Amino acid sequence: MIARRGESNAGASDGTSVAADDAVLVDGSRIAVLGGGPAGSFFAYFLLDMAARVDVRLELDIYEPRTFAQPGPTGCNMCGGIVSETLVQNLAADGVFLSGEVIQRGIDSYMLHTDVGSVRISTPHAEARIGAVHRGGGPRDVTEPRWESFDGHLLARALGVGANLIGSRVEEVGLVDGRPSIRVHGQEPRRYDLAVVDRRTHLALLKALEGLGIGYRRPSLTKTLIREYHVGAEAIRTSLGTSMHVFLLNIPRLEFAALIPKGDYVTMCLLGEEIDNALGDAFATSKEVRAVMPPGWEPEARSCQCIPHINVRGVEKPYADRVVFIGDSGVTRLYKDGIGAAYRTAKAAARTALFEGVSEAAFGRYFMPVCRSIRGDNRIGEVAFRLTRLAQRLRILRRAILAITIEEQVRGRRPRLSSILWDMFSGSAPYGDIFTRMVHPALLWRGLLAMPGALVGRTASTLHERSTGG
Amino acid sequence: MDGTAVLGRIYADGETVARQGDVGDCMYVVQDGEVEIVAEHDGHETVLRSAGRNEILGEMAIFEHRPRSATIRARGTARILTLDKRNFLRRINEDPSLAFRMIETMSHRVRDLSAEVVELEERLRAAGALVR
Repeated sequence: MIARRGESNAGASDGTSVAADDAVLVDGSRIAVLGGGPAGSFFAYFLLDMAARVDVRLELDIYEPRTFAQPGPTGCNMCGGIVSETLVQNLAADGVFLSGEVIQRGIDSYMLHTDVGSVRISTPHAEARIGAVHRGGGPRDVTEPRWESFDGHLLARALGVGANLIGSRVEEVGLVDGRPSIRVHGQEPRRYDLAVVDRRTHLALLKALEGLGIGYRRPSLTKTLIREYHVGAEAIRTSLGTSMHVFLLNIPRLEFAALIPKGDYVTMCLLGEEIDNALGDAFATSKEVRAVMPPGWEPEARSCQCIPHINVRGVEKPYADRVVFIGDSGVTRLYKDGIGAAYRTAKAAARTALFEGVSEAAFGRYFMPVCRSIRGDNRIGEVAFRLTRLAQRLRILRRAILAITIEEQVRGRRPRLSSILWDMFSGSAPYGDIFTRMVHPALLWRGLLAMPGALVGRTASTLHERSTGG
Repeated sequence: MDGTAVLGRIYADGETVARQGDVGDCMYVVQDGEVEIVAEHDGHETVLRSAGRNEILGEMAIFEHRPRSATIRARGTARILTLDKRNFLRRINEDPSLAFRMIETMSHRVRDLSAEVVELEERLRAAGALVR
């Protein structure tokens, strides 16, 4: 489907290319990427990289008004900032190196905290396989950032392979003769052969895209709460260490909570129903959180807070002729590994656009299966998260989970439950795969055996202390 | 290397990352430092080459069910990230372009090996001429 050189007529009078086959990318084809978050930058990077391999020269503009080096919400894409195990490995295989300036802390284990005890779940090969990053320039109170923003790093990579950055806010988006047209303040509209959308937060833009009659409907969103606390690198080293701390606590409306250690900061992430400050305070002041944070830490003294929306359902049809929606503006993973889903959808869109064409049919046939796979997996994920919620409400279940995990981690039994918890927390495996392991007879048998102890309130305290280093 | 701000695992100078003869189920990417690839034969070691940051190693184990052909050893302190075979192959199934770089790496190595064969033949020819 790739048109060869000579089949294109780059630089036609209307500013778009004219191809032998009208809906393929050829030398001189113009692509607009709306949003320079991870999805947009991944798309630009991989499209231009693959195009260079097959000798196709493209012109690609990234529309991103934000400067990711700026501290606080203006330079931030507002998420927990975890680069999952899977994504770390994919990027390494792709040659995308994440240096110590980008990775604020390599995570080598998870600490699961409940009201009946805690357990450490270590990574395979005892190595740091998960990266904690600052998406933007860091929390609001940063004066001298000592890191590189993750989003900024990816954007710089895209620019490094030839993408152009247009730092103005998009004021108008439309279709002229079936081709995307984009206008920024004070300039004439530019026409493109393909528009790629990565902007869930730009509501006006998404509304305009809905109005184009291409079948796009904005994704349904839910709220999450993120707080940053400055506690200092040394205090983090001695308290939270290189573990991500996840909590199964029976706090009303709370579904999932985590503390993520970074350079000088700890990021607190909450998922739940009707997220608000009160829920954030209830979690931050719980005895389990206080036990993890450094002595003298004050829950009120936060550096930054946001309550961003996250995409939980995904859109039904994230593509049309010459338009494709990637990352959070299209289909993403339920609760976990949003950056990983951005990578998958961006790469699938780039492969389709370059090798199969930019028509609705091409995206439906080659891009949509990846979206469908993520969406189908999310449905299984909903069931898996329901089981997690059940564990939050039932103390006996929490005791059994803790006892089994401690047995596996300390006595070296086959890590059936540990691997499930690891993959649930880290987003490293498809939910379908996790669920299959959840209902494995051997694990159910192990659960049955742990029940009598859980009923009488025994949680293997000695083992617990050994497993947490206490 | 402060041990916290980057990915992978730290190997001390001379520590073995993967051993010749072991059946591998993963490959490696150097995150920091340097490693050497050493072939052992009849009790003798030959350093085949060294590898630095961002280089892929041990990739033959991903495609072959055969023992590793050489030992990978840290030269100085090195940080190495492991890529699991099973997960990696599953991801290539969804995204074949993930293999581009690995094929590129293998292609470079074939080219380097071809150049080395030519160079060795030249040397042998020169040595043979001297003997004659």
